[in-house]
Amino acid sequence: MRAKTRKKSQAADKATLTPDALAALRRAGMSRRSFLKSTGGLIVSFSVAGMYGTAQGQDNFAGGIPGSPPLNELDSWIAIAADGSVTAYTGKCELGQGISTAQAQLVAEELAVPFSRVNLIYCDTAMTPDQGVTSGSQSHPANFNRSNLAQAGATAREALVQLASKQLGVPADQLGVKDGVISAKSDPSKKVSYGQLVGGKKFDLKLDSNAKRKSPSEWTVLGQPVPRPDLPALVTGEFEFVHNVRVPGMLHGMVVRPPAVGATVVSVDESSVQGMPGLVKVVVKKDFVGVVAEKRWQAMQAANKLKVAWTHGAGLPSHANFYDYVRNQKPTRDTLLVNSKDVEQKLAEAATVVKATYRHPYQMHGSMGSSCAVADVRGDKATIWSPTQGVWHQRGTSAMILGLKPEDVRIIFRRGSGCYGINGADTVTYDAALLSQAVGKPVRVQLTRKEEMAWENYGFAFVMDERAGLDAQGNIVAWDHEAWSPVLGGRPGYNTPGNVITGLLAGFQPEPFRPRSPSPEPTSFNNNSNAVPSYVAGQVGGALRGTGTIKSERALIHNTPSPFWTGPLRSPARLQNTFAHEGFMDELAARVKADPVEYRLRHLSDPRLIDVVKAAAKTANWDPRPSPNPRKSKTGAVTGRGVACVAYERDNGFSAMVAEVEVNQDTGKVTVKRIVLANDSGPISNPDGLRNQIEGGTLQGMSRALMEEVTWDDQKITSFDWRTYHTLPLGFDVPKIEAVLLNRPDQPACGAGETAITVVAAAIGNAIFDATGARIRQVPFTPERVKAALSEAV
Amino acid sequence: MSAITLKVNGRTHTLDVDPTTPLLYVLSDELELRGAKFGCGLGQCGACTVIVKGQAIRSCITPVETVDRAEITTLEGLGTIQKPHPIQKAFIEEGAAQCGFCLNAVIMTAKAFLDKKPKASEEEIQLALSGVLCRCFTNVRMLRAIKKAGQEMAR
Repeated sequence: MRAKTRKKSQAADKATLTPDALAALRRAGMSRRSFLKSTGGLIVSFSVAGMYGTAQGQDNFAGGIPGSPPLNELDSWIAIAADGSVTAYTGKCELGQGISTAQAQLVAEELAVPFSRVNLIYCDTAMTPDQGVTSGSQSHPANFNRSNLAQAGATAREALVQLASKQLGVPADQLGVKDGVISAKSDPSKKVSYGQLVGGKKFDLKLDSNAKRKSPSEWTVLGQPVPRPDLPALVTGEFEFVHNVRVPGMLHGMVVRPPAVGATVVSVDESSVQGMPGLVKVVVKKDFVGVVAEKRWQAMQAANKLKVAWTHGAGLPSHANFYDYVRNQKPTRDTLLVNSKDVEQKLAEAATVVKATYRHPYQMHGSMGSSCAVADVRGDKATIWSPTQGVWHQRGTSAMILGLKPEDVRIIFRRGSGCYGINGADTVTYDAALLSQAVGKPVRVQLTRKEEMAWENYGFAFVMDERAGLDAQGNIVAWDHEAWSPVLGGRPGYNTPGNVITGLLAGFQPEPFRPRSPSPEPTSFNNNSNAVPSYVAGQVGGALRGTGTIKSERALIHNTPSPFWTGPLRSPARLQNTFAHEGFMDELAARVKADPVEYRLRHLSDPRLIDVVKAAAKTANWDPRPSPNPRKSKTGAVTGRGVACVAYERDNGFSAMVAEVEVNQDTGKVTVKRIVLANDSGPISNPDGLRNQIEGGTLQGMSRALMEEVTWDDQKITSFDWRTYHTLPLGFDVPKIEAVLLNRPDQPACGAGETAITVVAAAIGNAIFDATGARIRQVPFTPERVKAALSEAV
Repeated sequence: MSAITLKVNGRTHTLDVDPTTPLLYVLSDELELRGAKFGCGLGQCGACTVIVKGQAIRSCITPVETVDRAEITTLEGLGTIQKPHPIQKAFIEEGAAQCGFCLNAVIMTAKAFLDKKPKASEEEIQLALSGVLCRCFTNVRMLRAIKKAGQEMAR
């Protein structure tokens, strides 16, 4: 009976697991789920009383939705097979950012095994712990500091050494570990391998917050430019993206989105597609409309031909006057980040007051591949292959969409096209789930380019007012930042599928807009959105938590309802606020004829931020002088340089950039010639991966600064493909990029995916000013906008 | 439906498909090849690129009937993990990928170009790739890898 059950569960696994996962389970001799549920691990004997699972230890590893592998259990993270191979489980997935390589390095390092012996399994609700969403430059801090995966590795190593000590009769401190073999330092013939000690069995241990992590000075795997193991499969076409998942009996679905924002279904004329070849079903659920067919081309043709009557849209505010519309919307939701309450007084007393308004448009994630998912919903059970950034969140919301219990839904992450935040990944997962449920068979859905681009959750639009007071010596004495930004929806979390388009169409509401004005006073310092400029003191609750010296300070954000979906796009709000702060700082330096680097340093207090500014300036051979550079000519090409810096989320990475540009004053075209980026993300786990992130972030930032903007008419989005939404292609004039990596082995691990992109628009804008004397305060810096700024420049 | 004969990577397949079906869907769904991908379906981004008669074409807007009996090369036809093509090898050596979704576009476009002009200058390579997108912006490494591969192919 028992054998039969196991056979059955193995068969089920076979249908749904990756080859890697299957191999790992075969090594363990059972399915992951039954493994974690099983009791009686062999190693209970070394669970020394009081050492593991202490209250203090558990506090560090709290979190995870009930039913997910407990974050404080070692078995949730690491399994060692009899052959000594290591399988590590993580809730932080590989989106293309390279984090899987770094995580495998981490496990190899802490366990003292070769990198090649570690098999990393990420993001499958049948196997991996719930670490929320892979986003926000949080994977490196979440798993590499004193918690989670890193601490699991250290706990496992110490536990194995203790077990070896008992077995070999050698005190633990006289044992060494190499390549998964523990041996006596004095007599290497006394040895035992991990596989012999624990192979295939459970650890049955709590994570130990006191387990000693390896010091960076001892690292042999971490800190190395280990190549990404996925590359050979990627370049040869063998790699399985979610787009390549094929399930026996799989059908193809397409969705039909509304023709205008806010339009709802009046009627669907199924006879319009009757008899089309391969058509299986027309699916309508409230305002969600889709078709399922045997083949993709058949589904596409049916979706195109299906006659749906829609109501008119809700009507959209004018694109041309959008920023004025946003700043005049009422009611608002207000958030004060710092407020010294003396800003108006200090501004009134200041020798000079400088004001400027900066604008940043909605921008797209614009993934190269439109989003795709495969769902197999039969009866009350669902298995879904999804490119979501959060499988446990997706499990909860897919269950709501389907009317199933979360525990009956399994979400298996498969890599999608690079997302840079919330692209169509979550919404297409609901699309596939709904269509599969309607036909009771597996269905693959890939959005069209237009469906992806017209309905994704855009990166935030911002309009930002900056004001500063200067004393007679030209020092900044007060800084005020007030910004308006529209919001709608966002990540669905565990229970808000209505935060993305399909959820709304299927009848779920987005998170409601909750007006709040005035804002409560800040009670703790939070600069997660970098709304607080780097140059203010950040005084909240008596402590100075900022990175600067200016004591008179206020930062106030007004959120307003957005007509379009919004959500995190690489460096959400941080990039927009930093564009304003760093552009404005440049204006202040120019006003007092100070060198922009010196002027920044004069108002900074944080040593790490100061270090990256100095490092960037040094590598760029920065010539200290005020901007602008006196122009030789008002026509033709001129060159200039600009600087910008950020303490990302205050303490989650530090970067400073020097950009050198050429501006053609006749055409308004901006060409970036050289970028120097100094970066401090704490201890460097993989320098090549870090450089790759910096190079990509820099160029993506250039594309966003120079070209990208969502557009619309009075009813609908009008930027919905690569002809109407502009981006830099692969073959443009790529600037020379020099990354200066500041390694900080003494500091906690920080984010590295968003430090570079955050400063690009400001650095380029400042360089344009240096070259031409024209200040450009609105992204993107299109030739028309540059020419308009030039005509206003003195 | 009608019988179409496709010669893909040296193998011949006879398939019964709607002749207007874009080649991409036949490669992806009937032959289960993973290299060519749907990026835009509009011929704008290059994700679906395959090589037909030495030309890089966009298979998402190419009706399958128009390539009946033609020799088609996909990313899988260039090389294998064990024996990669010089371009694939250069991409591995340069670590030239992030998410990897655009690699088919970049490598296949580069292949068709370098076959004709392996000793291309940086400017010529840039021009050849001006119709291809990489939204992770791995440009620096990719352009370096293509140049390196060209030098290898010219030898």
